[in-house]
Amino acid sequence: MASTVTLTVNGTTVTREVEERTLLVHFLRDILHLTGTHIGCDTSQCGACTVHVDGRSVKSCTMLAVQADGSTVTTIEGLAAPDGTLHPMQAAFREHHGLQCGFCTPGMVMSAVDLVRANPTPSETEIREGLEGNICRCTGYHNIVKAVMAGAEAMNGGTLKAAAE
Amino acid sequence: MYNFTYHRPATLADAVSLLGSLEDGKALSGGQTLLPTLKQRLASPADLVDLSGVPDLKGVREEAGGLTIGAFTRHADVAGSDVVARVIPALAHLAGGIGDRQVRHMGTLGGSIANADPAADYPAAVVGLGAWVRTDRREIAGDDFFTGMFETALEPGELVTAVHFPKPDAAGYAKFANPASRYAMVGVFIARFGASVRVAVTGAGPFATRVPAMEAALAASFTADAVAGVTVPPDGLNSDLHASAEYRAHLITVMAKRAMEAMR
Ligand SMILES: Cc1cc2nc3c(=O)[nH]c(=O)nc-3n(C[C@H](O)[C@H](O)[C@H](O)COP(=O)(O)OP(=O)(O)OC[C@H]3O[C@@H](n4cnc5c(N)ncnc54)[C@H](O)[C@@H]3O)c2cc1C
Ligand code: FES
Ligand code: FES
Repeated sequence: MASTVTLTVNGTTVTREVEERTLLVHFLRDILHLTGTHIGCDTSQCGACTVHVDGRSVKSCTMLAVQADGSTVTTIEGLAAPDGTLHPMQAAFREHHGLQCGFCTPGMVMSAVDLVRANPTPSETEIREGLEGNICRCTGYHNIVKAVMAGAEAMNGGTLKAAAE
Repeated sequence: MYNFTYHRPATLADAVSLLGSLEDGKALSGGQTLLPTLKQRLASPADLVDLSGVPDLKGVREEAGGLTIGAFTRHADVAGSDVVARVIPALAHLAGGIGDRQVRHMGTLGGSIANADPAADYPAAVVGLGAWVRTDRREIAGDDFFTGMFETALEPGELVTAVHFPKPDAAGYAKFANPASRYAMVGVFIARFGASVRVAVTGAGPFATRVPAMEAALAASFTADAVAGVTVPPDGLNSDLHASAEYRAHLITVMAKRAMEAMR
């Protein structure tokens, strides 16, 4: 069966006809061509597909597009300012080398932004726990945690701390 | 995923009558178990009835000194609720330890207990607090709700509407989380109501059950030391690639001690 869904994605209202089994991640990637949201697993565990739905992080591979009907969705493409200035969390991942291959990064950044909005000054432990739903096969997480610490400070209005090296 | 027809009823009555009339319909709550199952093509219902549009199923309220939590209340909303933190803090702690942030933003109480995964967290609280599971047609005692691995006392088409948790004098929950999935390898919920104590274990056997030997020991002396000496035999416990039955039996005692240390 097909259904009509209307969502606000990164500030733009979109209406599309979709098969009811369409996952939100496929709606974003295949229909809207927003391919920054990745698919890293088929078991709802890796978090590469994380987006914000009505301000909360969710795994877009584990939500139907029809469930998101009427919602406001933010993807990694919607984080930077319109003039291209990176969001402080994106800038922190770049500065602190919080990525290697980059596959997990969009999901990590979306989760980190969600975490810091809920807890503006997370401890290292809280960051590690807050990112339990995001798996990285490259970095060993250490620089991701440093990036989230620095990104949190910058999101709170501080200047972005330069990396140690 | 096979295709299906999607419904989003606006009232409980409509949801119940849809599930009663559809030949092969399934309730969709947070989708954090059902959608992965559909993606793997392990199930192929013809119709999904999304409960998100039913306002009666949402929210936390105080009732008779305890808490009544709607079936569609998300794990994150239980974990973050001031009312839950004040009335049964151990329940807020339990909900905050389910899966990960993204799963907690979607997954719901009703979906978790209806699914009755042997390693799920909420069943420990439903049994450990002697809760009452309310459905569209009756009330089921927590002790009678879980009947087997992924099996409950629910009839076909019967919907959980809320769970009522009586307020204990003190309660604690500790789990040994599977490092990959965060599900409980073993989780122990302990609650004291006056002179009587309830101890419920999830993750170890086919479904959440009480441990009478620990309840007796704690009724005599409500201390971590009192459970430290009580061991549970491994017979009938789960044995899989994550842990042997003997290892799980050992974890029950360790988690019971930690639940006592986390008593609040
Ligand atoms: C990566 C990951 C990690 C997880 N880790 C944990 C964990 O550590 N601990 C834990 O406990 N759980 C864990 N879960 C499971 C999670 O808590 C699910 O949210 C929960 O098991 C199912 O709830 P749901 O609301 O998502 O239900 P759904 O997936 O929508 O439904 C599950 C089942 O219940 C039925 N159902 C739903 N609502 C009702 C109702 N009101 N009445 C009757 N039947 C109903 C559905 O038809 C379906 O069969 C994890 C899940 C994932 C994906
Ligand atoms: S692709 Fe969504 S969790 Fe892995
Ligand atoms: S940077 Fe490669 S998976 Fe995280």
